[in-house]
Amino acid sequence: MNIIVVGCGMVGYSLVEQLSSENHDIVVIDEDENRVRYITDEFDAMGVIGSGEDCKILVEAGIERTDLLIAVTDVDEKNLLCCIMAKRFENCRTIARVRNPVYSSETGFLRRELGLSMIINPEQIAANEIARIIQFPPEIKVDTFTRGRIELLSLQVAEGSFLEHATVRSIRARLNCNVLVCLVTRDEDAFIPDIDTEFLAGDNIVISALPTEANTFFLKSRIQPQRIKTVMIVGGGTTGYYLARRLTDIGIYTKIIESDTKRCEELSDMLPEAVIINGDGTDERLLLQEGISAMDAFAALTGLDEENVFLSLYAKNVSKCQTVTKINRINYTEVINKMDLDSVIFPRTLTADYIVKYARSMMNGVSSNVENIFRLENGKAEAFEFFVSEASAVTGVPIARLKLKNDLIICSITRNSQVIIPGGHDEIRVGDAVIVITTRSFFSDIKDIVNR
Amino acid sequence: MNIAIIVYVIGWVLEFEALFLSLPMFVGLYYKEYNSSLAYFIVAILCLTIGFILRRIPLKSDELYLREGFAAVAFSWLFLSVFGCFPFMITGEIPGFINALFETVSGFTTTGASILNDVEALSHASIFWRSFTHWVGGMGIFMLILTILPLAGAHGMNLMRAESPGPSVGKVLPKIKDTAIMTYAAYIGITVIGFITFLFTRMSVFEAATMIFGTVGTGGFGIYNDSVASFTPLQINVITFFMIISGINYNMYFCLMTRQFKQAFSFEEIRWYIAIIVTSTCVISYNIHHMYPTISESIRHAAFQVGSIITTSGFSTADFDKWPQFSKTILVILMFIGACAGSTGGGFKVSRLLILVKSIGKELQLIIHPNLSKRIHIDHHSLSNETLRSTNAYAAIYFILVFASVLLVGVDGFDFTTNFTAVAATLNNIGPGLELVGPTHSFDLYSNFAKCILIFDMLAGRLELFPVLILFVPGCWRKY
Repeated sequence: MNIIVVGCGMVGYSLVEQLSSENHDIVVIDEDENRVRYITDEFDAMGVIGSGEDCKILVEAGIERTDLLIAVTDVDEKNLLCCIMAKRFENCRTIARVRNPVYSSETGFLRRELGLSMIINPEQIAANEIARIIQFPPEIKVDTFTRGRIELLSLQVAEGSFLEHATVRSIRARLNCNVLVCLVTRDEDAFIPDIDTEFLAGDNIVISALPTEANTFFLKSRIQPQRIKTVMIVGGGTTGYYLARRLTDIGIYTKIIESDTKRCEELSDMLPEAVIINGDGTDERLLLQEGISAMDAFAALTGLDEENVFLSLYAKNVSKCQTVTKINRINYTEVINKMDLDSVIFPRTLTADYIVKYARSMMNGVSSNVENIFRLENGKAEAFEFFVSEASAVTGVPIARLKLKNDLIICSITRNSQVIIPGGHDEIRVGDAVIVITTRSFFSDIKDIVNR
Repeated sequence: MNIAIIVYVIGWVLEFEALFLSLPMFVGLYYKEYNSSLAYFIVAILCLTIGFILRRIPLKSDELYLREGFAAVAFSWLFLSVFGCFPFMITGEIPGFINALFETVSGFTTTGASILNDVEALSHASIFWRSFTHWVGGMGIFMLILTILPLAGAHGMNLMRAESPGPSVGKVLPKIKDTAIMTYAAYIGITVIGFITFLFTRMSVFEAATMIFGTVGTGGFGIYNDSVASFTPLQINVITFFMIISGINYNMYFCLMTRQFKQAFSFEEIRWYIAIIVTSTCVISYNIHHMYPTISESIRHAAFQVGSIITTSGFSTADFDKWPQFSKTILVILMFIGACAGSTGGGFKVSRLLILVKSIGKELQLIIHPNLSKRIHIDHHSLSNETLRSTNAYAAIYFILVFASVLLVGVDGFDFTTNFTAVAATLNNIGPGLELVGPTHSFDLYSNFAKCILIFDMLAGRLELFPVLILFVPGCWRKY
């Protein structure tokens, strides 16, 4: 595939690193000659020096033959403009990095209005990942849809656990929580379970649930032994904000330590439920005073990587909490992994992973009606997210009465920011975002889910 | 310095050379020259075996930085030439290692300077091999190897940078491999078209094949003692045409292949290149018109010689050593200008000259407006300071090398014109010079020492100085 990457910063670098190893034809664009050369010296990619919003530069980079343009410069507006420019040429799909929280709630609208294939927000992706680490035990894998409102959780059924010999019906009856088992993988074979399928030890199951329901499910089924109730975040940047919002949404006591007074006021404005402390996060007395030793989890999210490492090491030293350390810049992954830090996250690789996933699914010929796609269970099944833009045979009819194709399941419907885990009486309406899991063929449109 | 990877790359080069050597072997079989065929067969097997062994020496790491790239290219060209000269020695057609090496280096570097006084005495296989080395060296051995060499990431770029001519080497396609394939496709395309055209002008198949190798590779080894003088006027005009289009930056052909016609005809360098050819041809035609019976004949000779010298081919239709001084001066100046960057030609390159002329203009402007801020533009792109700096450095090293070589070659005691043009003709990969190394003479008169200097000049000129010079910097060989 021919790919243009605009912006040769850290995300750009990670992107080219991964994409070039998958044998794509890559052209990078940046205004800074040295940054372009840094990438082209290392990877088999062509460099063009100039601004990505400049049509001439795009033509020079071969936009006419390009399948995918990824704009990851530091400036949101530049990225969006660059993607609009790319729209002048047909067949080019676009991905923009948009990180300003002002836009974050409207990404769906922006995406559709500007005709982008995807908008990514690195801070939000990082926050989601940290939230997952804090919320769930490491054996549970999480894929996030509809910007974090809905999650697909995959886990293995352990021998002697609550889930062994359970069915969807029994789970709903005994735990009283609304979870939907969407996919079961047994002996290398993936299938969509019905309500009375019995789970066996060793099965891998994929569950769709709201974040709060998922928490309850794991606690009640004793898959997760204890619940994280208190979290301390040092650094109230964008990632810290997204994380705090997610955590407070599911009722976790969240404390943010931020040194900038003005930022603290903003945060307390946006996050009324969180506790905002204005102070220096590296001040030992302040941390102790704010009860670091009693926290269940600790996230070091300041802008300085070295500070984050030391904060986490200190937190581990004075408490039993689980720590998450954010590393933005430094490369010495091997050394960092040797340190006694529980979890380390690298936002730029996370973002790159996310985009590469999309590029892979694009290669498989997914149409642009699909908002999002994830390969589940090593590609044995796929989860598609559709946006329903017009009335059709599938809209306005209760799901129980739709003649759905075999081997697929509707695992969630998002309507006006509300997530519904659908039952037979729910219906799909215009304006909904729908997630479908299938083990069979690809879909290009929501209408394809019913038999013709 | 990762020496293991250099050895590995040389292994690949020798494998390819075995393939190249098999061609003259078949030519020899066709003409029933079994002795020569056997010689080419033996050397091909030798290359195959050594290449096979070298490629299997385990690599500690596959890191290939710029210095490894430069050293690998320089050594590869040396090995290519050393193994390529063995057939001449085995058949005894060229006595002496230095002589055979001179002839082969002259072939691969597309110089076309010969130490042979009687070319026609060679076997068909050897004449074919001499011309074929031009074709291989013209676009470069690495450009060919990179179409299949399994090197990860941008490592291949370091090989391409070392070998391709021009002030700044870029890719026309995102992948090195695709760029290499595209370039060779254009190269083979021009070769095939030229070959067919030559056949139409009633050359024999052997003549057409050997002449097209020397023409598109801008080499200059003739297959007759009088170079191309015995060809018909039509054939000479066709050769002129193909020489001149081979000296054009191959980026133009890439643009034509991808249907970017507007861009294809807007390269500043190519415009200047054509302008220089047309002007020189007009001036020389006028200057020599009294020596030939008709105007068209003097134009034909002038155009051929200008095309031959500026593209650094070095064929000759007439003994231009007998031309008036003014015409000879123009030809010597053309020797130094050379062809376009990114072509098969050698010399200083029109684009470098363009950059230098424009920076002179900028310097003069700076005297008038001391606070002037001005970037130099070529093809509507401003040049980076990096390119500017390296072009200036290239010019300085280039002229130092010219004078150092003239000095060293001078120990043989020949006159200044001979020595100066011999160095100019080898460093710029042209072939014939003036006076004793003129088109009707050979380089045989020089001592072995002077021949070694000229061999060095040919390699340095073809690889654009730095890859060869870097080998003499001690720091290049250290591990740190």
